[in-house]
Amino acid sequence: MADFPILSVLLLIPILGALIILPIRSAEETGNRNIRQVALLTTLATLIISMLLLGNFNNSLAGFQFVEFYPWFGGDTGFHLGVDGISILFVLLTAFLMPFCILASWKSIQVRVKEYMIAFLLLETLMIGVFTSLDLFLFYIFFEGGLIPMFLIIGVWGGARRVYASFKFFLFTLLGSVFMLIAILYMYAQVGTTNIPVMMAYDFLPEAQTWLWLGFFASFAVKLPMWPVHTWLPDAHVEAPTAGSVILAGILLKLGGYGFLRFSLPMFPIASSELAVIIFGLSLIAIVYTSLVALAQEDMKKLIAYSSVAHMGFVTIGIFVVNTQGIEGAIFQMLSHGIVSAALFLIVGVVYDRLHTREIARYGGLVNNMPRYAVVFMIFTLAAVGLPGTSGFVGEVLVLFGAYQASTWLAVIAATGVVLGATYMLYLYRRICFGPLDKPDLLNLKDLDKREFLIFAPLVAVVIWMGIYPSFFLDVMHASVAELIANYEAALGGIAAVGQ
Amino acid sequence: MSMIPNLAPALGEIILAIGAMALLIAAVVLKNLTVSKLNKASAMLILIALLPVLLWQGGTEVTFGGSFIQDGFAVFMKTIVMLAAAAALLMSSQYLKLKGIKALEFPILMVLATLGMMMMISASTLLSLYMGLELQSLSLYVLAAINRNRDRSIEAGLKYFVLGAVSSGILLYGISLVYGFTGTIVFADLAGLLAANSSNIGLIIGMVFILAGLAFKISAVPFHMWTPDVYEGAPTPVTAFFAAAPKVAAMALMMRVTITTFPALVGDWQMILTFLAVASMVLGAFAALVQTNIKRLMAYSSIGHIGYALVGLAAGTAAGVEGVLIYMAIYATMTLGTFACILSMRDDEGMTEKIADLAGLSRTRPALALALAIFMFSLAGIPTMAGFFGKWFVFKAAVDAGLYTLAVIGVVTSVVAAYYYLRIVKLMYFDEPAPDFAPVTDLPKRYIIAITAALNSPLSLVFIGLLVSAAVYAAGSFFPS
Repeated sequence: MADFPILSVLLLIPILGALIILPIRSAEETGNRNIRQVALLTTLATLIISMLLLGNFNNSLAGFQFVEFYPWFGGDTGFHLGVDGISILFVLLTAFLMPFCILASWKSIQVRVKEYMIAFLLLETLMIGVFTSLDLFLFYIFFEGGLIPMFLIIGVWGGARRVYASFKFFLFTLLGSVFMLIAILYMYAQVGTTNIPVMMAYDFLPEAQTWLWLGFFASFAVKLPMWPVHTWLPDAHVEAPTAGSVILAGILLKLGGYGFLRFSLPMFPIASSELAVIIFGLSLIAIVYTSLVALAQEDMKKLIAYSSVAHMGFVTIGIFVVNTQGIEGAIFQMLSHGIVSAALFLIVGVVYDRLHTREIARYGGLVNNMPRYAVVFMIFTLAAVGLPGTSGFVGEVLVLFGAYQASTWLAVIAATGVVLGATYMLYLYRRICFGPLDKPDLLNLKDLDKREFLIFAPLVAVVIWMGIYPSFFLDVMHASVAELIANYEAALGGIAAVGQ
Repeated sequence: MSMIPNLAPALGEIILAIGAMALLIAAVVLKNLTVSKLNKASAMLILIALLPVLLWQGGTEVTFGGSFIQDGFAVFMKTIVMLAAAAALLMSSQYLKLKGIKALEFPILMVLATLGMMMMISASTLLSLYMGLELQSLSLYVLAAINRNRDRSIEAGLKYFVLGAVSSGILLYGISLVYGFTGTIVFADLAGLLAANSSNIGLIIGMVFILAGLAFKISAVPFHMWTPDVYEGAPTPVTAFFAAAPKVAAMALMMRVTITTFPALVGDWQMILTFLAVASMVLGAFAALVQTNIKRLMAYSSIGHIGYALVGLAAGTAAGVEGVLIYMAIYATMTLGTFACILSMRDDEGMTEKIADLAGLSRTRPALALALAIFMFSLAGIPTMAGFFGKWFVFKAAVDAGLYTLAVIGVVTSVVAAYYYLRIVKLMYFDEPAPDFAPVTDLPKRYIIAITAALNSPLSLVFIGLLVSAAVYAAGSFFPS
């Protein structure tokens, strides 16, 4: 197993699936069915391989495992792949969510099925590539390359204002990323390589660190997204098809948090500690402000989109307090949010497929004729709120513990976000599921069918599993997080020693 | 010294020159010769002449009394120019037939222009520089006006001629100043003289005039005024040729003049090039936003791309030269591919150039839409497409050389430019179909679209290694280690 190029295989399987789909004629219904089945099988195969990856992963090692290197051009720039305890979880999250995207699109996507599935499969390769690349050049290619399929997914299969939303998404993200590109080029010039492990060990000058940190920050803050550059997210979420929202919320947003962990902290520790104040300020605004905004939303997807911004505020706080609880909490929160928000978008998709509206006021009393739906919705609402026993609780509590160690006020203000989160989520739930079932077009709504139930069952299981037995996931990341913090403190200590 | 100069380095040019004469005679003598047959023959001729260029093993060699140089750099640039010329010839037949252009001089002028470009690339004195440039320019003036029945074409040719003549005058004036102050026109001698004494103000003025003349040929802002009108007015295959080959050749000349001839004045020309680069990138990005004609759009797009290439040259380092070489090679494939797609846009009334006509192309012509989308993303420089690599290498050179402001302006304008490339993708993929185009039955054009699209697609991840090593080898002739 040691020599088997498992990461390359992981990257190639979705491409292979896309190539199989390519010649299938999607004109008639049988063709479309075949396309969907191939796509589903491909994503399931990827999921199985990524589980094998986790099975063979050694939790006690902090460094990169399953490392592969194929020379490309000049120097040691190359297809350099590997995973550590942090990135492997994101690979798993990507592979886990993809089959749901395909299943969720089974009926709702009827036009250009072939192009749709190809876009999703290529997106999967690009996302796994982001989390596994150990070369900055390669990372940037995967990171930015994802824009193209996502742009098409929103623009071709999206809602009424899809053109506006897709352009906003593309241009916002691109503008953020080009500053990171300049930072990457500067680092390349300084270090003489784009090898990520080498760069992690390199000490950038403190003055340079500030600029480089800001360059990366521009990209990750837009991607995450942080207040005030979050405005693309509600638009993109509202207009994207259900599966597009799932990918956006579940995986694309995590790229920002992952980037902070992989680059900002280990490569620019001094700048990170100096500029953490900015992060804390923006995160607190995000938590409080976007929670209040979420409270006022009339559109279900918009509400969940704003709640994502608030949840990501916890993630950034957890990352930049740089202690074990904070970082592990942040990672856990990202994984949990990836699954919970994806599930919430799927839940919105269920009723949207039936009624073709996302306006909250059009619903009410669904518990009466859709009991199964109401139960599933309740579980994920509570997970989003952070009820103990669900995955949301673990992440939020760990982050708050970490924040408390850094500053009491930070923790106190952040904690208000938990309360506000409960408010807007339960308010949403009340307006949709409870109350009288008196709107005529709701009377004939059918409860979850077998396919829909099959989609939600594993998501519910994982959310509860993560809530009851979080150690399974925390154990995977322990060693890598510990090393990250040790290196960070060593770098800061080294500067302090020089200063004395 | 022998009376006959060493002909081996110039074998490609000689084949092309003799071949062009033979084709000219054939065009006069043979009664039933059509333009499309002559196009094919000319493309074959260029490809044959490419062989001795590609097989050149002699390293760096100077001949014809020091006025002609063949080196790795020349081989690289000539390969791009000749392939672009052959492609432009092959994809023009159908257009000429539709437009009723029977002028047999079309392919011959293309061959002569190509010959001029090859001489530009291999010029190693100011005189051979000017000779090559004029052979190229005069052929291109006529080509722009080749559709004699159409006012726009004649206007384009005339405009190009008048402005081109002025720029040639400026260039020639610069050459005379440099010759006057140094007494030599040979690049190598000039570099030597300047290394000893570079404080001569007259010489600097001469260099500035030469650069201004060359900036006109690559259509860098503020010498770009002719570009949109000529691009729009000239017959589309000629525009395709304009956009790809002469730009590459003029850029080669610009590189040879700045890097090998005036290295001592690097501080002076770096300033000029930085200005040209910034102005071109900004104008190229913003002016294209409002265009409705795809040829005009491509004109502003090409101005912007020249700006990016100049970023690499402004760095003035080996990495910068490599960056420009990579950039120009990729640029040529993107441009040719895009124009091959434009040549496939034909409605019932004839060739269409309106961007709005592309609406819904992904439904009516999925393959063409996919190819054009690849070109647009590549032109925008989005990763996994080849265009990104070009940007990566020129910006890397700029950052290496400490030109941070230039790099930041570059990437920000590339975001602005991304908007109008995306607009085309949006039209093709998000909008409802417009009336269908007539199918393009022309086989060569399909091959050209397919090949250039493949080169620009994510497959470029595989090819890019080859291109980089070729560019490193080519740049090595300027920076012997």
